[in-house]
Amino acid sequence: MTLEAYADTIVPGEKRHPDDHAIAGVSEGPGSVEAGAIELLETEATGITAGLDFLVPMLNGHAKAYAEEHGRDLDPSLPEFVALSYEDRVQLILKLTKNGHPEKDGWVSLALFCNMAFDSAPHLSTAQALADGHPGLRAMGITTPDADGLWRFPNYSYGRKLAEVHPDTTPSGSPA
Amino acid sequence: MTSDKTEVLIVGSGFGGAIAAYHLAAGGAKVTVLERGPWLETKDFDHDFLLGSSYTRAFDFVVGDGMSVLGGNCVGGGSVVYFAAMPRAPRFVFERHGSIGRRMWPAEISRDTLDPWYDRVAEAIPVTQQDWNDVTYSGGLWAAACHHSGRTANPTPVAIDNAKCTNCNWMMGGCRFDAKRSMLTNYLPAAISHGATIRPLHEVQKIERTHDGGYRVHYNIVDDVDYRVHSESGVIEAKIVILAAGAGATPVILQRSEEALGKMPHGVGRYFSGNGERLNTAILNEDKVREVLGLSREDGLAYEANQIGKGPTVACWDRLDEKLPEYSRYSMEQLYFPPGLGTILAQVPGGDAPTWFGKEKKEILKRWRSWLTIFLMTEDDNEGVFGPPPPTGNAFRVSQQMLGRGALKYDPTPNTLSGWAKADAEVKEIMEKDGLATIAPWTNDVVGAYTVHPLASCRIGDDAATSALHPNHELRDHPGIFVTDGSAVPGALTVNPAMTIAALAERAVPGIVKAAQNRGIDVKYGAPSPDGSISGRRGVTKLALSLAGD
Repeated sequence: MTLEAYADTIVPGEKRHPDDHAIAGVSEGPGSVEAGAIELLETEATGITAGLDFLVPMLNGHAKAYAEEHGRDLDPSLPEFVALSYEDRVQLILKLTKNGHPEKDGWVSLALFCNMAFDSAPHLSTAQALADGHPGLRAMGITTPDADGLWRFPNYSYGRKLAEVHPDTTPSGSPA
Repeated sequence: MTSDKTEVLIVGSGFGGAIAAYHLAAGGAKVTVLERGPWLETKDFDHDFLLGSSYTRAFDFVVGDGMSVLGGNCVGGGSVVYFAAMPRAPRFVFERHGSIGRRMWPAEISRDTLDPWYDRVAEAIPVTQQDWNDVTYSGGLWAAACHHSGRTANPTPVAIDNAKCTNCNWMMGGCRFDAKRSMLTNYLPAAISHGATIRPLHEVQKIERTHDGGYRVHYNIVDDVDYRVHSESGVIEAKIVILAAGAGATPVILQRSEEALGKMPHGVGRYFSGNGERLNTAILNEDKVREVLGLSREDGLAYEANQIGKGPTVACWDRLDEKLPEYSRYSMEQLYFPPGLGTILAQVPGGDAPTWFGKEKKEILKRWRSWLTIFLMTEDDNEGVFGPPPPTGNAFRVSQQMLGRGALKYDPTPNTLSGWAKADAEVKEIMEKDGLATIAPWTNDVVGAYTVHPLASCRIGDDAATSALHPNHELRDHPGIFVTDGSAVPGALTVNPAMTIAALAERAVPGIVKAAQNRGIDVKYGAPSPDGSISGRRGVTKLALSLAGD
């Protein structure tokens, strides 16, 4: 649930049900969690899977300290980071990923993969992900490939001169 | 541990390695190339972001401290993952002073003396101009925006066979349609036909000297799927070693070899340049594209074509003006950058923190088809320095493929920051004129600055204090070791560097052949282009004799 809350702060989505605490529900349409962030983070090829067991308690520890510092009362039935509001989650992630933070590498890696779950879905074959309606790829408007799984765009150019060429262009087409 | 011998050992198979391999093999030398990445063929180049597809197998993303480097990792190296833009560097670049207060290029190299070598490359690859019918929607939009704000814009010279190109925009993971002219389509097959051997998945660890003045090169064999796994190791002895592992790896190999080889020149692992690169993401107003620029597609859309294309097709060269002061000259080029490691660095234009993640960022992701990326290549200050090398390779590898943490430190100077700011401001002026778009540069806060064109970490020069290599590319105080990749380029080029890296590699070959002859290797200089053409060879005949000292 803690990792879902982190992923939902990077690319937020709609709550899956009224009691959904991990997803803050600040954005319309599915976000990183529904795009498969947890599945991607648990894909061993990412290289961060083994570190998740350490990152989760660390994140909740930082959330607890943040809450104490800022006078927030947290729901004791939830992991501390999940109990934070979206705005507070944002502020904490900004602090953890700031230059000079000793744990920056770990939190940035986590953010990179949470974002990638939405924008490129590297835990799935892209053509299949599109065919299955992957929410991130679909939200971005990525088109489907040809029947052989390859993309081709026969129309690609406005097909006319659109600017004057620099006067100091050499016969090879390079700058002088 | 296996042990072997060759005459010329080349580390890396990108532009620098492939060009040297061809000429030396064609000249009669026994050539072996060690390449740390896999050997992928046309059928292996996937249109797929899936981890383990060619998109993650063929390139490397190394996060440093203040700078991240994206480079090739396969047979063909950077040429397999590059965007095939091949402009020559403008004349003033060779006169730059950079951080050393005087001309940083060797006295004997200028645009005039390099042009015959550029010609050789243009014939061999080959490099051609594009016309406006080749220019993609994104390039056309950039050209129209430049024109609308009173600027010029050029279709860029490229190494693409436009008749084969499908404008799929997957070229970063290798070209499935053989349209992109990588080293896999010219120098490497020609080298192989002359007997050169290429060994993929061989990652060089260090070099040591043999008792007879040659070199012994230690390598690990990398697992084909999980690059974190090294199964075996071995050594190979050679009379000549050519390092062409890329500007992010060549200095690391030399640093690791220092204990065995003796002290490295001061310039090894210093003066790294990120080619002053910046990426800006414009979010276009489709209505304004139609109204202000008068653009529309066959299907009635104004633009919405971010996914369509073939890398950069149009550049504005108005600021490549030799009369402008150093650090204020730059090119502005349209570029497609795929989702994945790049999208996260795009910021919400004009937004409050956070701008690289969060709910506002998601809103601009929904408008991804209306993105236009502008790539800025400025004059930086060669401020990158490599820290102690990791135990293997050039980074602590994090992911099975692609992602690693390196020891490069990059702290931009006020000169570099000023150049970045000027270029950012100009592209903002162009793209936001009359409400065409809103635009913001990629953030440097997440993984540092970002370069796809690492340069200058073992640079050539006349001065031992500020260069690692003699002007003939031989490592100072270590005769018989040459460097021919981007690390030899002295500084930022303000344009895409592949053409210059390749021209310098061509120029280095006659001297390497001479050094090989002096070490008893039966080799001659003078091969034609890989396809047998000879006009490029004719153009450099006198220069080659001079470089060989004849």
